[in-house]
Amino acid sequence: MPARPAQLVLEDGTVFRGESFGADVTSAGEVVFSTAMTGYQEMLTDPSFAGQVLVLTYPLAGNYGINAEDVESKRIQVAGLVVHEACDAPSHWRSERTLGEYLASESIPGIAGVDTRALTRKLRSAGVMMGAVTSDETPEQALARLRSAPRYGEVDLVRGVSTDEPYEWDPAASDVRLKPDPQRNVVVVDDGVKYNIMRLLAERGCRVTALPPDASAETILALSPDGILFSPGPGDPKFLDYQVATVRSLIGKAPILGICLGHQVLGRAFGADTFKLKFGHRGANHPVQDVETGRVHITAQNHGYAVDPDGLSSDIEVSQVHLNDGTCEGLRHRSEPVMSIQYHSEASPGPLDNVYVFDRFVEMMDAVNSG
Amino acid sequence: MTPKPSKVLIIGSGPIVIGQAAEFDYSGSQACRSLREEGVHTVLVNSNPATIMTDEGIADTIYIEPLTVPVIERIIEREKPDGLLPTLGGQTGLNLAIALADAGVLEKYDLRSLGTPIETIRTAEDRGLFGKLLEEIGEPVPESETVTTMEEARRAAKEIGLPLVVRPAYTLGGTGGGIVQTPDELEHIVRGGLAASPITQVLIERYLAGWKELEYEVMRDGADNCITICNMENIDPMGVHTGDSIVVAPSQTLPDKEYQMLRTASLKIIRALGIEGGCNIQFALAPRREIADWEPRGRGLPPYYVIEVNPRVSRSSALASKATGYPIARVAAKIAAGKTLDEIPNRVTGKTTAAFEPALDYCVVKIPRWPFDKFPLGERRTGTQMKATGEVMAIDRTFEAALGKAVRSLEFGGRSLLWENPAWRDIDPRDYVAIPTDERLWAVLASLRRGATVEELSGLSGIDPWFLTKMNRMVEVEKRLLSEALTPDLMREAKRTGLSDGVIGTLADRLPEQVRGLRTEWGVQPVYKTVDTCAAEFEAETPYFYSTYPAAAAGDGENEAPALPGEKALVIGSGPIRIGQGIEFDYSAVHAAWALREAGVGAIMANSNPETVSTDFDTSDRLYFEPLDEEGVRDLLENETENGSAPGRPPSTIVQFGGQTAINLATPLSRANLPILGSSAEAIDLAEDRRRFEDLLQRLGIPQPPGAGVSTIEEALQTAQLIGYPVLVRPSYVLGGRAMEIVQNATDLVRYVAEAAKISPGKPVLIDKYMAGIEAEVDAICDGEGGALIPGIMQHVERAGVHSGDSMAVYPAVGLTEGEKTTIVAHTLRLGQALDVRGLMNIQYVIMRREEGESGVYVIEVNPRASRTVPFISKVTGVPMVRLAVQVMLGKTLRELGYEPGIWPEQKLVAVKAPVFSMSKLIGVDTHLGPEMKSTGEVMGVDRTFEAALAKALIASDMSLAGRKSVLLSLDDDTKPESVPLIRTLQSAGYRIYATEGTATMIQALGIPVEMVPKRLDEGYPNVVDVIREGIVDAVINTPEGRVTETLRDGFHIRRAAAEKRIPCLTSIDTAAAAVDALMRGESTEGGFTVQPLRDYLDT
Repeated sequence: MPARPAQLVLEDGTVFRGESFGADVTSAGEVVFSTAMTGYQEMLTDPSFAGQVLVLTYPLAGNYGINAEDVESKRIQVAGLVVHEACDAPSHWRSERTLGEYLASESIPGIAGVDTRALTRKLRSAGVMMGAVTSDETPEQALARLRSAPRYGEVDLVRGVSTDEPYEWDPAASDVRLKPDPQRNVVVVDDGVKYNIMRLLAERGCRVTALPPDASAETILALSPDGILFSPGPGDPKFLDYQVATVRSLIGKAPILGICLGHQVLGRAFGADTFKLKFGHRGANHPVQDVETGRVHITAQNHGYAVDPDGLSSDIEVSQVHLNDGTCEGLRHRSEPVMSIQYHSEASPGPLDNVYVFDRFVEMMDAVNSG
Repeated sequence: MTPKPSKVLIIGSGPIVIGQAAEFDYSGSQACRSLREEGVHTVLVNSNPATIMTDEGIADTIYIEPLTVPVIERIIEREKPDGLLPTLGGQTGLNLAIALADAGVLEKYDLRSLGTPIETIRTAEDRGLFGKLLEEIGEPVPESETVTTMEEARRAAKEIGLPLVVRPAYTLGGTGGGIVQTPDELEHIVRGGLAASPITQVLIERYLAGWKELEYEVMRDGADNCITICNMENIDPMGVHTGDSIVVAPSQTLPDKEYQMLRTASLKIIRALGIEGGCNIQFALAPRREIADWEPRGRGLPPYYVIEVNPRVSRSSALASKATGYPIARVAAKIAAGKTLDEIPNRVTGKTTAAFEPALDYCVVKIPRWPFDKFPLGERRTGTQMKATGEVMAIDRTFEAALGKAVRSLEFGGRSLLWENPAWRDIDPRDYVAIPTDERLWAVLASLRRGATVEELSGLSGIDPWFLTKMNRMVEVEKRLLSEALTPDLMREAKRTGLSDGVIGTLADRLPEQVRGLRTEWGVQPVYKTVDTCAAEFEAETPYFYSTYPAAAAGDGENEAPALPGEKALVIGSGPIRIGQGIEFDYSAVHAAWALREAGVGAIMANSNPETVSTDFDTSDRLYFEPLDEEGVRDLLENETENGSAPGRPPSTIVQFGGQTAINLATPLSRANLPILGSSAEAIDLAEDRRRFEDLLQRLGIPQPPGAGVSTIEEALQTAQLIGYPVLVRPSYVLGGRAMEIVQNATDLVRYVAEAAKISPGKPVLIDKYMAGIEAEVDAICDGEGGALIPGIMQHVERAGVHSGDSMAVYPAVGLTEGEKTTIVAHTLRLGQALDVRGLMNIQYVIMRREEGESGVYVIEVNPRASRTVPFISKVTGVPMVRLAVQVMLGKTLRELGYEPGIWPEQKLVAVKAPVFSMSKLIGVDTHLGPEMKSTGEVMGVDRTFEAALAKALIASDMSLAGRKSVLLSLDDDTKPESVPLIRTLQSAGYRIYATEGTATMIQALGIPVEMVPKRLDEGYPNVVDVIREGIVDAVINTPEGRVTETLRDGFHIRRAAAEKRIPCLTSIDTAAAAVDALMRGESTEGGFTVQPLRDYLDT
């Protein structure tokens, strides 16, 4: 059966042709590329990709299929997936279905056969832009739809991916091997948290409670947390300025860790502005340098905005920078147990070099508790 | 933090052998340049002259000397370096570093091992220490035991249980190891392994049959920053040496969880070992749930084992460098000089640093190149002992296309994807899927064609279904081509599935040229993409390209390689390293690219071999990593033809430097009206076409051994009778002396001609008078304007009949008369002119001396291209041969270049080039020298006198008799009389002599004491094989009869036993005489020869 033709239509009118796989529907979003070579299932389910059409630069997608465990949230979060080749005969003992079947089951469109390298080169030089994946509309229709739809930066995407109700993370629901009795209470302000953050905290003896993004400082403190984590999530951090006040009033109350979007919120709370990167950082090979030690770690990244450290208050220092473009990758409070990282220390997908950040977070909690 | 050294000694890897090929020239040259950039003075020692690293300008001080502890100590004493970099010279370099440490040399001269501490080398190499370390850091290693005797081995086998794998300590390419399934095999393989290990130690280990095999290339700097450069997945599962496996990069069947699990383990291991630089780590990964969850392995144990660590750059790191664009050796050298990863710029992007992990947006496939076209009788089964001499790599955006291009690159006797072993007409090819051999890939395809399922084949082979599914796709497209009309869509589909124009033509009943025509008509043409280390995230500055066909739905796709502007030329490389076409040709191709750039002409390089310097991204102005077949080269030439307003002119192609691979393209390119730079296709054909060449020689009055091309047995017998036996026979149009034989009588001639007719029906057989004279050869640069420069004449130690690539060659030709030399020069000049050679030419001569002192100088062969001896002769004469050749191709005359035509003045040095073989690794291959080339590499001994140079060459090629005590002789009747002086010398030098019956009788008759040894293996103890295996003798001189007889078979056991015991086995009486001669002239003392930089020999 010949596959149905599909197109990726960019807002500048460029059309990339391919074949439909996944759902035969039209879906629009900001078109971004990730250079990670493995971990498509984790990326698809990463809430930070909400509102985005994900382009995989690695040309062969779906090789090892889709399994029940390697998910980072309860559903596919991307608006669409663009690949060079989608494997319909995957091979791995954990595989339960194909990538295409997975997309179809959640009504997400995929397009295969695309010259993804040409597309990546375009995004690299022109910057990320809006685009629509379609197999049921003409390019003109898709373009018209794109022009009338809100742009990525205009939507509060966090609302769509975060929790409405508080919930406690159930370690039994994940494959955490070691489940020590939880010694510490951690509150995660869920802006679109990835399961692996929960898993890694649970592994380290934390009972994790997730709260909606608009949880007040009082609500958070009412849970007597040993630590508070502002999670990653999608979109422009300026939509979360309601968290800025929350952050400010939590300083000194309990150790705070911000990851990705959470890092940007912390940055804004400390007086910095955030700005949009031309084509973002998405992949599993990003070198980040610790300012103090000079050590370089390879990190997993997925962000389109960055903190401009210029306006930071004097009690905050930039602790880590991106080795390629010098952007801010980490902040640290000079006197309080507050730190944040722009990259994804929870990996999944990506290198596990930075799970030490969670160890540090736990150390901070323990230091406060014992001090 | 590592302090920066000021002067570093780098040990090269010596001659090319199986398991240690051109990759170390690549990494060594890169490292030398990298260190010099840092202001570090580099001192290089290598015994292999056919390397770029031993060229002026690569290192600051270059020694071409034998790689032994005493020699290196003398270099250290003279140079006083403060750092030793042992991790760039393969296993040879590591072993020497340990030997230097053990001998106290490092301590004595306060020499620091850079990058990898000596203790780390010991830990990584010593199986026991390695296992202990990994246990300490909680990384699982397969259950194993280290043993040093047969008895211990039996006990260990009982404990662990069969099957087992045996790995000798301190050997390269898995030499001497194997998989043990039965108690018999245990005896056999452990004995071999103990013999192979320089410390008589092997590891006996659980055999993880069917587990996935993965490799990670890891890098660490002095500040403890660690990165992985690349991971690779072996398509052949555990059990086949990674050097003999088809490998894909990056891994294809690993989810992120598994990918990261092994990556994390890799970082942990390199940290525990304390390596500063590069390192290769091999893993076995559970392929199925029942194995991953297997209870007896203990709960919580991760589903993998660590198999091996190479604490150095390796074949895999060269592959990873070419697969990713990340120059591992260059970065490792900078780290050794004290830099951290973030301080080293990424030269591919020009913006980022070396502290990142490459992201690939293509798929890379490597296929080993095995020597079984040369050795059809060799054991083709692959296992833990590597057998491939080289490899090819291909890059594409689908696995199928990368695999298809890799197969096209192999140049293995026209083995296309469609090739099937004739035996599969009768035997189910699935039998060949279960047993790993060099034919397994083709057996899989053949089985799929016959309807075998992916599941079934995966069960038989352990190959992951993902790969088999892809291969099945290829077979499905084959079937469509057979049954459907060829349409643009089907054509595109076929190209994306890796089928060549030739294969498509075969299936769709068209000529390749017609397929090409259709592709042009339909616009089904490849585009070229860049290898940029970063999956297009950053702009790349390096022009390193591969071809790909975009998907039908995608349209034309984006081409990233618009034609290079300005004047330019394409240099065709030499493809995979194989016997007959080694690193020497890469040397020439590299120099050709350099010469073009120097002349202001854009240098475009095309090659398919990832091990080489030529495929380093900064060797040329533009690199195409492509198959070197007509299709690949014409595609890229079309891409390089500027398509502006006016139709552009394609660039010229240089075919002289890439061996037979390149020269074979002359005719097809000419036919396609593509210009050739230098000697024309016509000139090449004139030299290669037997009849035309004969006519030419007659016209010039230059003698050649009488002979003819024949097509029938009757003609053959007639010709042989006319010219007289022995005769030299060979099929026409073959390379490297393949299937060449010396035939002594009519019976053998009939057999040969009948066999040749079977192998290549319709092709004539060439019969020449075999002249057992002195062989000499010359290389010459001809400018096409009547001028020819002969840098030097080489004389062979062995008489004619031994392939020139297997002969020892001496420069200058110390044994030739002035008259003979004059005749050679005259013939060479006339031939160059008559053939209208523009560029390089190699001529082989045989000199027959007559009673009255007159000599006949006969031409055996003319090759209008760069030969194997170009690097050797360039180095010892100081004449930059390739540079001059390129200049004359571009239109300069020799005089304009400042060179007077004629013979170059003889240098006041003597250099001996000696062949090196890899016979211990090729079970079932006869080692005796003959007209068919068998050596894999070469070494050079250079000194002031012939004796000293010879001694060095013998030491460097492990053929020296010095320091040995007893010799086994088994001589054929022809060589008995001339061996008398040699035997007397051996006796007076105190050697114990053992001999087989006939030889012993002869020796006894001379009144020399001799131990007689039975030749037949069932007659008494110790027989010939026993005395070798048990170390009673430590050298063998065995001259076989020149035909396949019982005697030759007996000799076969002797020669194989010697090869497996790794003791010298001299099969030409001339080599033996030279070796014994060298013995008597002071070889035994190290002081008998000079140790100094190469340029010091040349300056005087």
